[in-house]
Amino acid sequence: MNVVLGLDGLDALVGVLREEGHVVIGPVLRDDAITLAELSSAADLPSGWGVETGPGHYRVREREDAAVFGHSAGPQSWKRFLHPPRRTLVSSDSTGFHAARDDTPDYAFLGVRPCDLAAIAKLRQIVASKLPFVVAAQCTEPGEVCFCTSMGCGPGAGDGYDIALTERLDADGHRFLATPGTEAGAAVLDRLPGRVATKQDVALAEQDVATAARRMGRALPEVDLRDLLAANRDSAHWEAVAQRCLTCGNCTMVCPTCFCVSVEDTTDLDGNAERAERWASCFEIDFSHLHGGAVRTSGAARYRQWMTHKLGTWHDQFGTSGCVGCGRCIAWCPAGIDITEEAAALSQTTEHGGERR
Amino acid sequence: MTWVPTPYRVATRTVETHDSATLALRPVAESLPAFRPGQFAMLYAHGVGEVPISVSAIPGDGTLVHTVRSVGAVSRALHDAAPGTVIGVRGPFGTAWRLDDVEDLLVVAGGIGLAPLRPVLAHPSKRTVFIAGARTPQDLLYTAELSHLSGVDTVLTVDHGDHDWNGRIGFVTEPLASIPLDPDRTTALLCGPEPMMRFCARTLLGRGVPAERIQVSLERNMQCGIGLCGHCQLGPLLLCRSGPVVGYPVAEPLLLTREL
Amino acid sequence: MTTPMTGLDTLPLFTNLSHTQRAAVAGVSRIETYEAGTRLFDEGGLADQCWVVQTGCVTVDTVVPQRGRVAVQSIGPGELLGWSWLVPPYRWHFGATVVSPTRAVVVDTAALRQLAGEDPALGYQLSLVLLEALLNRLQATRIRLLDLYRNPS
Repeated sequence: MNVVLGLDGLDALVGVLREEGHVVIGPVLRDDAITLAELSSAADLPSGWGVETGPGHYRVREREDAAVFGHSAGPQSWKRFLHPPRRTLVSSDSTGFHAARDDTPDYAFLGVRPCDLAAIAKLRQIVASKLPFVVAAQCTEPGEVCFCTSMGCGPGAGDGYDIALTERLDADGHRFLATPGTEAGAAVLDRLPGRVATKQDVALAEQDVATAARRMGRALPEVDLRDLLAANRDSAHWEAVAQRCLTCGNCTMVCPTCFCVSVEDTTDLDGNAERAERWASCFEIDFSHLHGGAVRTSGAARYRQWMTHKLGTWHDQFGTSGCVGCGRCIAWCPAGIDITEEAAALSQTTEHGGERR
Repeated sequence: MTWVPTPYRVATRTVETHDSATLALRPVAESLPAFRPGQFAMLYAHGVGEVPISVSAIPGDGTLVHTVRSVGAVSRALHDAAPGTVIGVRGPFGTAWRLDDVEDLLVVAGGIGLAPLRPVLAHPSKRTVFIAGARTPQDLLYTAELSHLSGVDTVLTVDHGDHDWNGRIGFVTEPLASIPLDPDRTTALLCGPEPMMRFCARTLLGRGVPAERIQVSLERNMQCGIGLCGHCQLGPLLLCRSGPVVGYPVAEPLLLTREL
Repeated sequence: MTTPMTGLDTLPLFTNLSHTQRAAVAGVSRIETYEAGTRLFDEGGLADQCWVVQTGCVTVDTVVPQRGRVAVQSIGPGELLGWSWLVPPYRWHFGATVVSPTRAVVVDTAALRQLAGEDPALGYQLSLVLLEALLNRLQATRIRLLDLYRNPS
């Protein structure tokens, strides 16, 4: 049953989730950015803060209203909780090998935007972490670098949430339409102060999401991207991107689905050793190291690897695209390289664009 | 638990060449499932790291046999491992040589690429032709064993001979171009440096062997062995699970793309 | 002794020659067997024949000061030995020694050249045969230049 929550209901939601033993993570304003951190109450949410994004550009801005979910994707994603930047895998000592204890908290994610909801599903194909309780926040205000509609990942929430919220501020007040996605979600909603949603509440939410879909800042070309990239391994365009790309790896770090890791070994003076994984980037030279040297040394090859994997070969490996259209890679690229523009450029220079071979 | 190695102990260490040694590993307690020819294990040298190494023999008694060439810190530590040393092992990983419905078998190996092919030679199917290349006579692996393979036509060739070498001097493509073979019955298994496999495959195509019956063993950086770390990507493939053994029709366009 | 046709029919080298053309080549060839250690020719000698090895192995060598006679290439079953008869000054650039008991088809190259001159169709096919063998040798030699099997560390 859909219910409508006020700010008190939202606060109660945080309270109930904490009571149930979850570590509740949600968006907060920190260091001039909307980041993700533990919430002790709904008051921690970035009320009245929005963001302004563009290629190589991200600024928080004060909103004219008090919306708490009125911001698009920030520099962090839920990846850092499901797939931590560093994680011990195994230790070894004189008695043998020992699996690292999984001390992942029982998370509840609050304010998961639909693009990130899709990203969590993609990440869970690779990273076997505990399933968090997910409170999605449907997107009614996409950012300038957003293109989730192109990827089929938003602005409405797809599968995978326990509760989906749609925020609205108007003459009737600041409220959230709450839709349960699971029995667990419905059970939580039952414990919150709110009222039963009317047809009008639901219609308004649907309308807000539909409007958002038409306000995407960007779009990917409407071609089969997997074919486009497979047909363009030898394109001269990669060299053109490499002229701008710094191979810094920012795009891979901020991407909510980039999952690659490198394994590192450390030892102590007692002879104990530990193996840990850390986030890696296909832009690192060592990433493709083979005895004798790296396979992908040029920037062109490394950018091609990243974009081709994200939009093309991810399908071969996981049956889906690796991109959700959150736009983080565009905003956090110091050179302002825009994956949608690069895809469009490739599409314009290829005869395979638009058609399956 | 897939990251946790199973402890094995070095039972014997056989020096093969100046930079390669074969380790026979026995399980300390639990043992891993059986490996098939062409598959690999992740071998962990305590505190140094882990590398993918193919099985170079399958004795069938649970012993794991790996030939390790010292080319970096981890492989050096493994290569140097004395009997008694505990090695961490994960596996079996990857695809095996496809040997179903094989009529005539053609095995072409270059350098350390012979190691993953040795288990195939130990149990030759029908007619087997085996060509191996190495840098010098001293770099040839398993020489004592290879000269006595029964039922196998063997050609060993080196890049640089010496005064004691009475075998062949040249690249493996030369005997490959001139040995008698029936292209309609031949299944070819190639393992060695990428350019070597490309040239061999092209020579075979020229002789009428269909691409579908050429298999190559490919190599990329591998860290997890289970498709989670991303390092071993080659185009659409994650080589740790779609490889190392790949059919040539799939491999060819990937091998012809620079820095893929 | 002329070459029995079966000797040429089984060689991949001559696959593209017609039966008649193979017979013509056989007509100017003979079969020889050699003991290990037999010296077939020396650098600088007159190049007037070539060999197609059927079984065994011959190495091609040259003399390098301080290193003596250095073998640079071997010729095995199905492969062609000797090219210098094709181009002036018709002198061997390398020497050749039999390293294991060898049976080979020995071709009288003056006679072969005459056959090719009289029958351009045969000449053309022979050129292709020689070119293919030469190309294989050239490409293999180029790959050896890469030193692919060196230890990268």
